[in-house]
Amino acid sequence: MSLLRAFMVGLTVASTGAHAVQLNLPAPVTEIARDVYDLHTLLLVITAAIFVVVFAVMFYSLFRHRKAAGHKARLFHENTTVEVIWTVIPFLILVGMAWPATRVILDQKSTRGEDMTIKVTGYQWKWRYDYLDEKVGFMSHLATPRTAIENGSAKGDHYLLEVDEPLVVPTGKKVRLLLTANDVIHAWWVPALGIKQDAIPGFVRDTWFKVDQPGIYRGQCAELCGKDHGFMPIVVDARAPADYEQWLAAKKAAAAAGAGDPDKVWSLADLMARGEKAYLQNCVACHQANGKGIPGAFPSLVGTPMVTGDLAAHIDIVLHGSKKNPAMAAWGPQLSDTDLAAIITYERNAWGNNTGQLVQPKDIRAARGGKG
Amino acid sequence: MAVVTDTEQGHHARPRGWSRWLAATNHKDIGTLYLWFSFTMFLTGGVMALGIRAELFQPGLQFWQPDLFNQLTTLHGLIMVFGAIMPAFTGMANWLLPLMIGAPDMAFARMNNWSFWLLPPAALLLIVSFAVPGGAASAGWTLYAPLSTQMGMGMDLTIFAIHIMGISSIMGSINIIVTILNLRAPGMTLMKMPMFAWASLITAYLIIAVMPVLAGVVTMVLTDRHFGTHFFNAAGGGDPVLYQHVFWFFGHPEVYIMALPAFGIVSHILPTFARKPLFGYASMVYATSSIALLSFMVWAHHMFTTGMPATAQLFFMYATMLIAVPTGVKVFNWIATLWQGSISFETPMLFAIGFVCLFTVGGLSGVTLSVAAVDIQLQDSYYVVAHFHYVLVAGALFSLFAAVYYWFPKMSGRMYSERLGKLHFWWSLVWFNVTFFPMHFLGLAGMPRRIPDYALQFTSFNEIASVGAFCFGLGQLIFLYNILWSLRRGDPAPAKPWEGADTLEWQLPSPAPYHSFVEAPELEVGENGAIRGMKGGVHH
Repeated sequence: MSLLRAFMVGLTVASTGAHAVQLNLPAPVTEIARDVYDLHTLLLVITAAIFVVVFAVMFYSLFRHRKAAGHKARLFHENTTVEVIWTVIPFLILVGMAWPATRVILDQKSTRGEDMTIKVTGYQWKWRYDYLDEKVGFMSHLATPRTAIENGSAKGDHYLLEVDEPLVVPTGKKVRLLLTANDVIHAWWVPALGIKQDAIPGFVRDTWFKVDQPGIYRGQCAELCGKDHGFMPIVVDARAPADYEQWLAAKKAAAAAGAGDPDKVWSLADLMARGEKAYLQNCVACHQANGKGIPGAFPSLVGTPMVTGDLAAHIDIVLHGSKKNPAMAAWGPQLSDTDLAAIITYERNAWGNNTGQLVQPKDIRAARGGKG
Repeated sequence: MAVVTDTEQGHHARPRGWSRWLAATNHKDIGTLYLWFSFTMFLTGGVMALGIRAELFQPGLQFWQPDLFNQLTTLHGLIMVFGAIMPAFTGMANWLLPLMIGAPDMAFARMNNWSFWLLPPAALLLIVSFAVPGGAASAGWTLYAPLSTQMGMGMDLTIFAIHIMGISSIMGSINIIVTILNLRAPGMTLMKMPMFAWASLITAYLIIAVMPVLAGVVTMVLTDRHFGTHFFNAAGGGDPVLYQHVFWFFGHPEVYIMALPAFGIVSHILPTFARKPLFGYASMVYATSSIALLSFMVWAHHMFTTGMPATAQLFFMYATMLIAVPTGVKVFNWIATLWQGSISFETPMLFAIGFVCLFTVGGLSGVTLSVAAVDIQLQDSYYVVAHFHYVLVAGALFSLFAAVYYWFPKMSGRMYSERLGKLHFWWSLVWFNVTFFPMHFLGLAGMPRRIPDYALQFTSFNEIASVGAFCFGLGQLIFLYNILWSLRRGDPAPAKPWEGADTLEWQLPSPAPYHSFVEAPELEVGENGAIRGMKGGVHH
């Protein structure tokens, strides 16, 4: 089977000019993906054979039994024997397909005996990964610049399939994913790993994979989740266990350092700089880089009462989301006090809003009820 | 067979001007309205498809912002399903059923008028929704919650349009069922009815069973949106996946609502041009019925990635695979119908043969998708897009073209241009495959559906598909031109232009009299509605 698979993978990735044209499933890197690959090959061979045999008969008839060739019709119209035969044979073929498929389905579903667990949360339009045993967690955003999407700059090799922070996993370990979502249904799909699982708000689903070889494997959200559904890629960076441990230690150290002083008082310029960065990562998809939103769908933040009027209401809607418009998410659980303070300060001072008002991290902490 | 001309000017008078159409109660006029309406919707949805393919010709955003792109994919799907394909089959049923079974008209002529005239306002709501704040619905034609609870008022207009179209198709179905069960001419027993009547009858039952389910689920979305319910909101104790269960309980039978009438049409055309009776008539009836029954038991195969328990994955996989058996029986019966025939290749026959081949390709990729383990890899990818366009374009649409060419002489009294018809077929066949075959590769390689922009390795096949789509779309103008030209200039059609045609409608003059079978004929009928003898029958 593995020889056949190697042959199929080689055969179906034809290199033409700039991009390799891929005709088949990507080369599998997990046991499940290999099983799915082989199952698909089996189905392809069977269905292609059925097609060829059945339509060979039909085209033979179309050719030989033409009126133009002088063929006279024979007026038979039933034959119980052949009708029974062509009911039973397809049934047996289907049983032959169902047998191996059942085994793979049971394997896909056996999520027990995991070595580690990662919680995956879908957001409009990014992913969050929490390493449950390690207290490490981070957001993973599309890294392709907006200008490349709008054809203002060159597109790199991994256009739309690159992120700022990939999901790093160790090879040879059974990784169990717990999936959920914050807003609407998303689906976490990495073809080379052979898994796709919907992430459903309010519910937790699980799936698993075990990668054999270190490497970078790319995928995308597969369930339509709104405007930027096409712009929330998934990158899995599988590393040898030692390299993974090293990455994990560095990640923990950085998280400890990044927390910083919660009582620090920031200057307007510093808040604006940090706010712009955080705005571009989190808010720009709806409210746009120019703050004007999209009329009818996403409100403008330029000179509107929300960003120039009552500060408490502004902090409230960013922290807790909008009661009227479910598209405005609650950002409190997603972002740090510092990032929220920076974003709100940015919104109140950018694009000519110039209220001159500053929001400090401690203000956000107070708005959260002092607990942070 | 005598055609008796009636001079009475009462309710048999032929109305003229706009009131003929607005107040239409004649099944032929209403059928004509349905067919023109669905063709208009086909062009509208087609233009949206070209908008989608234009954006996908190259990576990067060229024409539309992502939000508008999603509106285009959503409305393309809704308009093609509810505006083009379903009304086209209803139109065919309206035109043909009374002629095929010897009925004077549809059973409820005034309700028939109402079921048609509900459709244009519904279509208008869908099209107008592009102009309201927030734009049209952009949650995909499946309108999955909770995404569909986020949209602007375009979603409300869409929900209202679905309600209206649902009422329309339920009324149309009631008419079809009552007409077939009550108005058959003496001698036309159920097990001798033409296959198109059988297919329409079973389809009508499917519609009555599932359209209320769709209406219910979109109403639940509506109340979640505006009236504080939490059917699909987990925070309020609801379940987003409930939407999918209810939607696909409608959605899978819906697939057969768009396929069974096509099976019926092809079961007329293949025997006619093979000059041989349909092979296995009884088993065709049973196969159609079992497909309809099975279609209620397979809905969750659209949901293999939602994370159902293994037992549910297995049940829905086995049930889905089972549908391949009766579907296979139909294909084998069609091929046996051709076997040892005396076959000629007029345009309807070409489309019917194209249907059998390409629908089978869609069926075989469907078997591949039915295997849950593989489906998890392919679900929501372009492989699925390829699969259902083989079933719906090369399936439903090709069968409709075949039907229009086949019955055009009976409807209009004129022959279509065979040269243009053949050109239309070969053109459509080639560009259909150029458009949709590469999508199998895109899906296998990992391109999700419903994205406005894609990674660079998908470029080549998207370029090919876009070129194919524009050529395919352009080719449909050949069809429009052929119809318009032939309506005025086509050669006069004889009563029976096809040597091998033997059902009742070919016993009438062409064009069919405005009021046919005002008095029912006495029929001597063979299988599949073949007329062996006929006495009486009065037309005006």
